[in-house]
Amino acid sequence: MTQLISTDVAVIGGGIVVASAALALRRMNLAVTVIERDVCGSHSSGVNYGGVRRQGRSISQLALSARAHEIWSRLESIIGIDGEYHRSGHLKIARSQADMASLEIYREKTLAYGMDLQMLDASDLRKLYPWLGDRAIGGSLCPEDGHANPRLVSPAFAAAARRAGADIREHSRVDSIEKDGQSFILTTQSGLQVRSAFVLNCAGAWSGKIAAQFGEVVPIEPIHPVMVVTEPLAPFMNLSLGVEGGGVYARQAPSGNCVIGGSRGFALDDIRARPSRSAINLVLQQTVELLPSLRHAHIIRSWSGTEGSLPDKQPVIGPSKTTSGLIHGFGFSGAGFQIGPAVGEVLAELVRDGRTSTPIEAFAIDRYL
Amino acid sequence: MSETLNRETFKPVIVGAGPAGVRAAQTLVRFGLRPVVIDESSIWGGQIYRQQPLIFKRSSKELYGFESGRADSVHQAMADILNQIDYHPDTLVWNAQDHELDTIHDGQTSTTPYSHLIVATGATDRVLPFAGWTLPGVYTLGGAQVCLKFQGCAIGKRVVFMGTGPLLYLVAYQYARAGAQVLAVLDTSSLSDQVAATPRMIAQPGLLAKGIYYVAWLRTHGVPVHRSIQPVAAKGESHVTSVVWRDKRGEHTLECDAIGFGYALRSETQLADIVGAKFEFDPAQRAFLPVRDESGRSSIPGVYIAGDGGGIMGADASELAGELAAFALIADIDIQLLSPTDLQHIQTLKSRLTTSSKFRVGLDRAFPFPENWADNIQDDVIICRCEEITAGEIRHAVTELCALELNRVKALTRVGMGRCQSRMCGVAAAEIVAECAAIDIKEVGRLRGQAPIKPIPFITEPETLSVHKQGER
Amino acid sequence: MTDFNDYKSLSGPQFVRLAETDRECLSFQLNGKSVQALKGDTVLTAILMNQSCLRKTEMQGMPRAGFCLMGACQDCWVTLASGQRLRACTSFIAPDMHITTFPGDPL
Repeated sequence: MTQLISTDVAVIGGGIVVASAALALRRMNLAVTVIERDVCGSHSSGVNYGGVRRQGRSISQLALSARAHEIWSRLESIIGIDGEYHRSGHLKIARSQADMASLEIYREKTLAYGMDLQMLDASDLRKLYPWLGDRAIGGSLCPEDGHANPRLVSPAFAAAARRAGADIREHSRVDSIEKDGQSFILTTQSGLQVRSAFVLNCAGAWSGKIAAQFGEVVPIEPIHPVMVVTEPLAPFMNLSLGVEGGGVYARQAPSGNCVIGGSRGFALDDIRARPSRSAINLVLQQTVELLPSLRHAHIIRSWSGTEGSLPDKQPVIGPSKTTSGLIHGFGFSGAGFQIGPAVGEVLAELVRDGRTSTPIEAFAIDRYL
Repeated sequence: MSETLNRETFKPVIVGAGPAGVRAAQTLVRFGLRPVVIDESSIWGGQIYRQQPLIFKRSSKELYGFESGRADSVHQAMADILNQIDYHPDTLVWNAQDHELDTIHDGQTSTTPYSHLIVATGATDRVLPFAGWTLPGVYTLGGAQVCLKFQGCAIGKRVVFMGTGPLLYLVAYQYARAGAQVLAVLDTSSLSDQVAATPRMIAQPGLLAKGIYYVAWLRTHGVPVHRSIQPVAAKGESHVTSVVWRDKRGEHTLECDAIGFGYALRSETQLADIVGAKFEFDPAQRAFLPVRDESGRSSIPGVYIAGDGGGIMGADASELAGELAAFALIADIDIQLLSPTDLQHIQTLKSRLTTSSKFRVGLDRAFPFPENWADNIQDDVIICRCEEITAGEIRHAVTELCALELNRVKALTRVGMGRCQSRMCGVAAAEIVAECAAIDIKEVGRLRGQAPIKPIPFITEPETLSVHKQGER
Repeated sequence: MTDFNDYKSLSGPQFVRLAETDRECLSFQLNGKSVQALKGDTVLTAILMNQSCLRKTEMQGMPRAGFCLMGACQDCWVTLASGQRLRACTSFIAPDMHITTFPGDPL
């Protein structure tokens, strides 16, 4: 039994980018149908580390990130819950003088973006964060960066979009997309046939197939970031932590559990992934080096997910170069959570105006073609 | 007996040294293999035949009653093969990947490769909360039994036992016999449940007789047995001081300082999940269980699941299942290794297992799962004791946040995110979601096993381990 | 309202010894006080022969005294003076163990 739907914009996917786009499109009084294979916020947007940070992004992303930062400041009024979002500050730890130097260079290069980065030396760290071990010899603090709970935030974004009148269809996998003159026709395994003027390709790690169908082949690969979580601990980590040059990243949730990410897992199938033994062992080892006070704590759970990654670690955002009406927003390479809300608005602007006020040239799909 | 198997090629590993694991090990040894046997406990026996600390003096009869013969047999079987196996007690398997198990022992992690794996991870009590169940003094039936068997203690001075299942009567009987003050046995099942089940239970008249004996003994020793009850609450501030329950005559209160409760058992399936075994919903056990054939083969070649760890079957059946799994392992290496006597024996084992499963159906009929539990549980009762999440919060996720599936409920409410990883709350949470969403329990889905199977510490080199093990063996 | 940091208010052992009482006695430190147990007791038994509470919950500070007694519920973790944690029901008590049932800050 096929259900026919006619809409202005069909959005493929269900993560934070999708929900933000749907919200923005509804504010523009456009009809939106979201087509999500599983349930909204169940993949990258739901299982990521939860970092809400600008610091550390490439310069090309900082305008988007600044726009998102402003949206995050209004999070509760948009999605109705606080989502455990906290501007705890984000500290990028230096383990060597070379690290300090590169952090300082980044700070200088990014002064225009209002992140208010502050360089801290070893004595600052001992004074402010005595729980940080000696491996940290300094760092760069972004006072207004923070963290949130993606398992709460992403579904809540979708719920807000639904309340705003977006037609959200979960458990619906897009099986085919045809272009019929000016319209797209999408059919799903759940019996939907959606006709729309625009299609937003925001299908996360699975966007490559859709893009390829329209002649745009991008080297998107699935990656599987690993998280572990500790038992609840008395509050001590009043920051979100990252390490310059790579390593683990850690934050403490309001419940007291510390979420620690790092390394990579492996795919179980096209959709699911699992932390590898080497990833878990690496995270255990590196965490205790960084945070010796955790040595007696226990990890109680680990998880991984499937995220789309591109070789330059930059997303694809912008109109298709082959097919009018098709707009892409995918490939966030493990850093889509904070900028997601801004990307959604940008995609909506591209639909309505054919352009956007936020620079996205660096993310054009044809940089790969 | 046939040719000796090449020990260099075949590295079977058995996880769990309860009745299933022990019989599996015994069988593999007979074929010349040297299995690795990994067990979380410090000594083999599992839960029902858990051995007391070395320095304790009670007899087997005192500990295991009617089961002492079986317990002794299982214990001796393992003792006899100890120098022919690679035994690793006090060792937790916390993960598996690429045909290797991740273990931790004395704070040190290691990996154990396997060519074949027998998962004999057993079971724990199936818990359905009631108000106040997290108070000090409230334990599971299995826990109350461990307290007596393993430590020679009662969980309190004035104990009430509640719930349903054969374990309810067995533990009450054991406590009363051991000199504990047992105030009452409160069974959610009805007398007519038990009568209706009798024809099935005739399949194993010895077991049926034991059950009747326990009830009769309790009665003649002044322990009231009440049926068709509904738990209402455990009351108390810092520990339990009374239990409140309801039946058709009304509400009743009994002052007590300990409650042991449970509703039969639930399988420990996390390892089977992590190695990738296929799961299916079992309506009789109201649980997703790893699929296994009649010999215990899982959906993964080379992985076998024996005993309660793949579905509740009881200790006797677990012994049979352990043997069968080992035979299947041998047969899968080379069917020629099995003699006609072996094949005959396998048929006997299978037929005994079938008889046992008929009895199980009877047991389920005699002590049915209280299907109205989710209907009646109040909003303010804690369901997830690790995270302190209430029934109301779960219902809110279903009705207000459209969470109709257990993983989404977990993500939104934190149910099942605690240290026990839903062992204690998973059953109850699923029942509440199904009832609230008006969907079948099967549609609610299941929470998946994730590494670590139990909590592991960050440092895997112990600083000073001042924990004493149970003496050297 | 019971103050779970007031150890005196947790008076009264929870468990009752029914058998196996003819064992060697040992002393250990429980929340800074010297108390007795018998060799062969688990840490859980040793604690609950001296008080009725084993820990308080992180979220709401509610009292707990273990539950499953077989290493499944994870509701009986206690802390040694060294900071090391033990699952009380699956660890044996040893002489001079220093156990805290209500640890504070992890530092």
